[in-house]
Amino acid sequence: MNASHAQPLSSGAEWTFELIERYDRAIGDIAVNEFKLDCYPNQIEVIASEQMLDAYASVGLPIGYPHWSYGKEFIRNEQMYRKGQRGLAYEIVINSNPCIAYLMEENSLPMQALVIAHACYGHNSFFKGNYLFQQWTNADAIIDYMVFARNYLMKCEDRYGHAAVEEILDSCHALQSHGVDRYRQPMPLSADEERERQREREEYAWKQYDDIWRTLPTRSAGDDARNDSVGQYPPEPQENLLYFIEKHAPKLEPWQRELVRIVRKMAQYFYPQGMTKVMNEGWATFWHYTLLNRLYDKGLVDDGFMLEVLSSHTNVVAQRGFDQRGYGGINPYALGFAMTSDIRRICEDPTPEDREWFPDIAGGDWLKVLDFAMRNYKDESFVGQFLSPRLIRDLHLFAIADHAKDEHLLVDSIHNEQGYRRVRQLLSQQYNRDGMVPDIQVVRYDHRGDRSLTLNHRRHRGRPLSDESGEVLKHLSRLWGFTVRLNTIDAQGKTLEQREVRG
Amino acid sequence: MSIVIDRRLNDRNKSAVNRERFLRRYKEQIRKSVSDMVSRRSITDMDRGGNVNIPARDISEPTFNHGSGGDREIVLPGNKQFSPGDKLKRPEGGGGGGGNGGGDGQSEDAEDSFTFSLSREEFMSLFFDDLELPHLVRNMIGDVREYKMQRAGFTPSGVPANLSVTRSLRQALARRIALTAPLKQQIKDLEQREVPPDEEIAELRRRIDRVPFLDDLDLRYRHRVKVPLPISRAVMFCLMDVSASMTEDKKDLAKRFYTLLYLFLSRKYEKVDLVFIRHTDNAQEVDENAFFHDRQSGGTVVLSALKLMQEIMTARYPADSWNIYGAQVSDGDAFGADPEKSRSCLVEHLLPSCRYFAYIEVPDDPMRTSPLSYAYQRIDSEKFAMSSVTQRGEVYPVLRELFKREAA
Repeated sequence: MNASHAQPLSSGAEWTFELIERYDRAIGDIAVNEFKLDCYPNQIEVIASEQMLDAYASVGLPIGYPHWSYGKEFIRNEQMYRKGQRGLAYEIVINSNPCIAYLMEENSLPMQALVIAHACYGHNSFFKGNYLFQQWTNADAIIDYMVFARNYLMKCEDRYGHAAVEEILDSCHALQSHGVDRYRQPMPLSADEERERQREREEYAWKQYDDIWRTLPTRSAGDDARNDSVGQYPPEPQENLLYFIEKHAPKLEPWQRELVRIVRKMAQYFYPQGMTKVMNEGWATFWHYTLLNRLYDKGLVDDGFMLEVLSSHTNVVAQRGFDQRGYGGINPYALGFAMTSDIRRICEDPTPEDREWFPDIAGGDWLKVLDFAMRNYKDESFVGQFLSPRLIRDLHLFAIADHAKDEHLLVDSIHNEQGYRRVRQLLSQQYNRDGMVPDIQVVRYDHRGDRSLTLNHRRHRGRPLSDESGEVLKHLSRLWGFTVRLNTIDAQGKTLEQREVRG
Repeated sequence: MSIVIDRRLNDRNKSAVNRERFLRRYKEQIRKSVSDMVSRRSITDMDRGGNVNIPARDISEPTFNHGSGGDREIVLPGNKQFSPGDKLKRPEGGGGGGGNGGGDGQSEDAEDSFTFSLSREEFMSLFFDDLELPHLVRNMIGDVREYKMQRAGFTPSGVPANLSVTRSLRQALARRIALTAPLKQQIKDLEQREVPPDEEIAELRRRIDRVPFLDDLDLRYRHRVKVPLPISRAVMFCLMDVSASMTEDKKDLAKRFYTLLYLFLSRKYEKVDLVFIRHTDNAQEVDENAFFHDRQSGGTVVLSALKLMQEIMTARYPADSWNIYGAQVSDGDAFGADPEKSRSCLVEHLLPSCRYFAYIEVPDDPMRTSPLSYAYQRIDSEKFAMSSVTQRGEVYPVLRELFKREAA
């Protein structure tokens, strides 16, 4: 073993399948045995650039159902790629078991090694470990489900026509962001459990029976009683619009319901990815950096290899200032990598400031701390918990307040002693789903009356809905089949405006 | 633990179906783009793909999201000069400025219009749709080029189906003769001796027997080569009235008509020359750009154009070595004796040497018979076609006879 350590695995930029396997073994050895990463088995697929474009278009899944919006996406990417406006991602990785990672044919050997470390051990272990992925995705079944979805959809097209299927899909896609569960629905009771409850209730009533109650005069049925019996439906507001439509839309055919379900499942599958962008990329970037450096330290790769890896790594984690050319928001790779590395630094080499801010982890075992963070946080809480003052200084983060009533924008806080907590809290809020997706919930389904559906949009800090909402409402009413109403209410519950699409 | 799979050989066109759906859904917009392209392009240049623009809002996928307004805070990187409490002007033009909004804002700008390329086939198909071409004709002129398989002798390699038995056997025979002749000569010589050495002769005969009847290198296969079918050349005269009454719309219609004829000819003939003759009260030969875009004022004398065509024909395109096609577009206005003279010029001088002459009229009022069409109507020749056209779909029928005849 030791003898081989002094010898680089290979030299030169050309890759072969044998070399990929050798690098994978070497990286896997470090990742699993040294750093204790827990991964799904890997399936590494080498593809050509056109196939990468295809994979882009199908939102990263190896199989997707046909829809024009994917065509649009494909055309857009292809165009940009042809013009050289953008390169292709070096890899795509799919949250499945086995974890499928695509490597591009055009990559050089160091890039392939980087991608293997990034995707096959970084993302892979994140998919397996993070609580959101565990809770909301089923890595074993997703590929099979997509195969089913595709076949089912194509059968529907044959049977009911492209147009009919496309209509439903368009409408569902419009509501996709409101088609996810953020909290687990209680499991429905099985028939046995239902019967058992019924029996218990009867038994209780029987035990409580007392003839004297019969002598009490019954209260005349007032408004309250009637309201209770007829009931407002749903009893609690529902935020998963697609789920509500799938279960309750009065006019949908069974196959249409199934399509709604397919879109909803897809949305749910992608939900954790949206919630952990910074963490996921940060984690994967941190690990490709750490693993490949370890490889270098062991003498398994040479200087040229490392230089290429580092130059590409540097490009990935570049964060431009807000006023620089090419600024495109906060780069999740940069922020994630910086935070993950920073946690390691806090553990290994804490400053007095770190000890004050992070007494729990300063000087701890970085591997354990990182593992815990990866498993139990999402972007919002991760930033809220682990963004250190030092990093705020390094990135020169500052917050701007944009308030409707002020004529000017106000610099709220900057990277100074008074501002750290505020900046951290605000940045964390930026990753809060409530800030990105308007709060729209089903409050009433008039199932005994005109079957209209009423939704409430609770305004978040006075922010209105965009103009597109009218269009979305039309889509909603197409699925619902009857009148759909959208009330915008403020924080106090006062109705501010009402839109209605008559079905 | 890891499996490495080579997927490069898999199908590379998984998104083709999605692309096709996209095109179908936005056919109207794309068709409009194609139509714009047609008017911008040169006739000879029509035959390729192109970029299509669709306004981004037409293809947006709406979702519920926040509009601008309300209160929010944005965290940005790269502070250099700001201190808490600084007031900044709101950036112009919505978005609320910076942050996530800024990021989105930028990409929205970039997506103001959605541009993508159509392949040559897609472009041509939309162009033909526009002209309502029947499919048979599309195939005829839409195909890249027709080839003919032609015999080109014999080759020593090929597929068994092309094996030429006669040739192979002839080759074998020649080889056998060539290989055995010296031996036979030797035998003959030996037999001439007083005591023929039987041993030696038998040995020679065995050598002769060892020469195979048919060897691999005897095999000959029929060789075929692809030759492009069109081998002759043609000239197409485009005649157009450019007096003030010809509006841009009418010219656009004319352009489609010329293009269609050109496409047809360029499939059929290897070399197609274009001659553009415009006329008001006198005719000029011009280039394509001037032909379609320059405005002229003046009266209308159709005869001048026909005369010029005749002159050019005699000077540069003798009818015995060129296939001559004529295409005339006019709004039909002609005065005095001009229509009659034009008719007789056409019938007597031009039609005899033309393969085909098509006239389309783009009238202001489709109901009225113009003086020129009144005159032309009396031309009785199967080389002549005319029609009044007000919409693109009516262009093709003018040429229908031509296509039908040539396709047969």
